[in-house]
Amino acid sequence: MFRIDFNKLRFLVCDDNPHMRRILRTLLHSFGAREVYESEDGATALEMYSHYVPDIVITDWSMPIFDGLELAQMIRQPESKGNPFAPIIMLTGHSEKRRVTVARDAGVTEFLAKPISAKGLYQRILNVVANPRPFIKTKTYFGPDRRRNTTTAYIGPERRVGGEVEVLQQPSLLDKARTPV
Amino acid sequence: MAKQKSSSLQVRAYADHHVITQPNPLRSVLRRVAEKDLDDPVARAEKALAGLSGEFKNWMETETGRLAAAHAAILKDGFTKASREELFRAAHDIKGDAATFGFPSAAATAESLCRIIEHAPDLAKVPSNLIAHHINAIQAIVHERTKLDTASTASELSRRLRGVADEYLAHANRDRPDHLEAILSPSIAPAD
Repeated sequence: MFRIDFNKLRFLVCDDNPHMRRILRTLLHSFGAREVYESEDGATALEMYSHYVPDIVITDWSMPIFDGLELAQMIRQPESKGNPFAPIIMLTGHSEKRRVTVARDAGVTEFLAKPISAKGLYQRILNVVANPRPFIKTKTYFGPDRRRNTTTAYIGPERRVGGEVEVLQQPSLLDKARTPV
Repeated sequence: MAKQKSSSLQVRAYADHHVITQPNPLRSVLRRVAEKDLDDPVARAEKALAGLSGEFKNWMETETGRLAAAHAAILKDGFTKASREELFRAAHDIKGDAATFGFPSAAATAESLCRIIEHAPDLAKVPSNLIAHHINAIQAIVHERTKLDTASTASELSRRLRGVADEYLAHANRDRPDHLEAILSPSIAPAD
């Protein structure tokens, strides 16, 4: 069995809502973390990221001026002087699948939809600590490997080598919506 | 903090991408322990969260007050980019926080309001009662929570408002496939 020594981890929490920051701080301290730095906007978080060099970033998405998505994109700059590899957990009230895809494509490591739970947060932290994924760099993407499923039975398009694609046709939700019941 | 060694990066180059691997930089924080010595950090955190629960009602009052103020500003001066964003953020915060604070129906109602703000083609043309009813419902759910018979009423109120809102959005977006697809996509968050 493994346990995480939270007291060796440094966290950066970014959320504009003071109540959610309090919840996060309480959960992380209960897990055993000592070093939890907090920011209420993305710009300050980026400064703190460079200054404190956290091991794990937990950020909200919707914030005024400079949001969590932009924060992730700024951290995931392969040529930056800072650490572009730190795990980023996006904790957000956005719960649509489309948002998960957008966050993933910004280089977010884990996505956790609110409402927050101690178990959900712990599992995301355990995952980034115990199972880090390789990073992929392309012309348009730098971040954790977006392919989590290592099955050899994949039959979709092989986008990485630019070969002949095979697309699986599915009816769109729009078509479904317009079909009379 | 855990030590990270960027010098140990391994880069494999392919035709159109690179795969970058490194020894797990956080491996030093993982410790093998005997099962008998394994504590339960999740239970410990849940207990700490329960210790905060006495403050949740006040926090929700603050959040609903912010939502009502954002709505009042819109009633006074109409929708502007700033007032729309403030109304959305206030509703979005309640959507995210309220279930944690013990108000799941308020969260569901706030989610419905967020969908109206995000997907209505023209907010000025949304029936004003539709937005007002959502805000009034959230306030009522928070204020009346202490009464034992209000949980099912709150749930039903939230469900009906969501139904009316979805019907409006589906009609208003009938010629906007991107929005319609987003509206009809399932949420990944647990339902009320």
